[in-house]
Amino acid sequence: MQLGAKRWLFGAVLVALGVSALSGHFNRYYLGVAIDVGISIILAASLNLINGYTGQFSLGHAGFMAVGGFTAAKLTLLLAPIVPEAAHPALFAGSILVGGTVAALAGLAVGLPSLRLRGDYLAIVTLGFGEIIRVIFQTSETFGAATGLTGIPKFTTLFWTWGVAALTVYVVASLVNSTYGRGFLCVHDDEVAAAAMGISPTRYKVTAFVTGAFFAGMAGALYAHHKQVLKPDGFDFMKSIDIVVMVILGGMGNTVGVILAAVLLTVLPELLRGLADYRMILYSLLIIGLMLTRPQGLFTLRRRVDRSRTAN
Amino acid sequence: MQRCTIRFGGLTAVSELDLHIGGDELIGLIGPNGAGKTTAFNMITGVYQPTEGEIHFGGTSLAGQAPQEITGLGIARTFQNIRLFPSLSVFDNVRVAFQLRQKTGLFQSLLRGAAFKRNEQQIESEVLEILDIFKLGRFRHTMSKNLPYGDQRRLEIVRALATKPRLLLLDEPAAGMNPTEKTELTRLIGFIKDKFRISVLLVEHDMKVVMGICERIVVLDHGIKIAEGSPSEVRNDIKVVEAYLGDKHLKKAAADADSSPAD
Repeated sequence: MQLGAKRWLFGAVLVALGVSALSGHFNRYYLGVAIDVGISIILAASLNLINGYTGQFSLGHAGFMAVGGFTAAKLTLLLAPIVPEAAHPALFAGSILVGGTVAALAGLAVGLPSLRLRGDYLAIVTLGFGEIIRVIFQTSETFGAATGLTGIPKFTTLFWTWGVAALTVYVVASLVNSTYGRGFLCVHDDEVAAAAMGISPTRYKVTAFVTGAFFAGMAGALYAHHKQVLKPDGFDFMKSIDIVVMVILGGMGNTVGVILAAVLLTVLPELLRGLADYRMILYSLLIIGLMLTRPQGLFTLRRRVDRSRTAN
Repeated sequence: MQRCTIRFGGLTAVSELDLHIGGDELIGLIGPNGAGKTTAFNMITGVYQPTEGEIHFGGTSLAGQAPQEITGLGIARTFQNIRLFPSLSVFDNVRVAFQLRQKTGLFQSLLRGAAFKRNEQQIESEVLEILDIFKLGRFRHTMSKNLPYGDQRRLEIVRALATKPRLLLLDEPAAGMNPTEKTELTRLIGFIKDKFRISVLLVEHDMKVVMGICERIVVLDHGIKIAEGSPSEVRNDIKVVEAYLGDKHLKKAAADADSSPAD
């Protein structure tokens, strides 16, 4: 319960610091993968709040990531030449926050009208939103049209990535483990009953959506300053599916599982580089196999109510 | 509730229903299947908006209020087909009722300051207290869907009470219960009314339960109020007898004749 969340934060920060301290010993390739893993954790943990805990099926996470990424990258590209070198970390922190905030606003804009929809319909709307975002960036001259943004300063380090990842996990864990946050689970279980308990389903759904989008935007900002090149193509529907797969594989509404799945599904493609073309086939097979054998998720060892065994 | 009418397309489900519930009163709302009992319920709780008429609660109009706002005003309900949060523990099912009246929200949950902790502890002890009152304390870590049926019904009532209502609406709480459980339930409803000093509106099919505890009974048939009064008055009302027994006799006659059903 309440004890969980803070322990989580400390654990995650320790891991982040430990990994950052060791980062000098990593070669560039491993360092890159470690940053990718951190970004995946942010994306998966934040989507888990929407798809897992609140039970809304969003397929638009890559769209929010794109909004955050392009906004932050544009901002640093504009300001980096003007701002003195010493202030660059502050600039980076600022652009991550702005990226997250703009993505959260996009989440609000999409969420308010569309969260009246449920299940498949919401999935279709969010899918459409993701595609619209991609096309907007693809056609916008300001954001480099189809070539995207290039020459983005390499600001992203392990510290930043894992710091934000720790923050994401902390926010999701502490939200869900509060009396207020149990409302997300209620909306997931039964909206009518939730309303009868004084919980506004729409309000909770929008909150989950905006919070999730905020972190997806920050992930996008980190991604942009990691890859240094940002192409709209990278944020297509498949990217959203990648994140959804992490959430399903980890077990919806199971933060530990989702983190493990994010690690696995980021490292695995690296190990399977040679099979890159078949990756989506493997993914699909994985999901089908999983749904048939372990619908509760690969890493769900115990249920959310983890002390249920005491009373049989 | 004044002259409330609700129509679904051409069907008038409830017609010009007047209903007044005083403080600390236990009222039964009865009627044959399809009489509009649950619909009346859903109008009070904001699930449906009446087509005509007004509903006031303690001086506040309920027009245009969403269900969660009405709960906030102090009307809590249970459902005919139990609607607990199945994947939450018994403890959490009751705990969420407290988010309505607590002061801490999203940001306090993130910052987790001293006030937040005090508040959460306060909620925890209140939840345990109310669970103990209703003898559900030992189940607190059980997932609600794993509870026995009678206990699920009881938990739903407890959860509604935890929102600290002034009016409690119970939609067929005795449905699916065996005679022992029904007796227990009758006792429980009386206990709740006395202990929490609230008004109760009870929709129920089971005559024993209704006649046993209600101070006043309102009878609906085809969406129209056909009788109102004390249990003994209602029991002897000719219209009520017709609505219940007459219906049955009609059906029986129709079945015997094996012809097309009457009306």
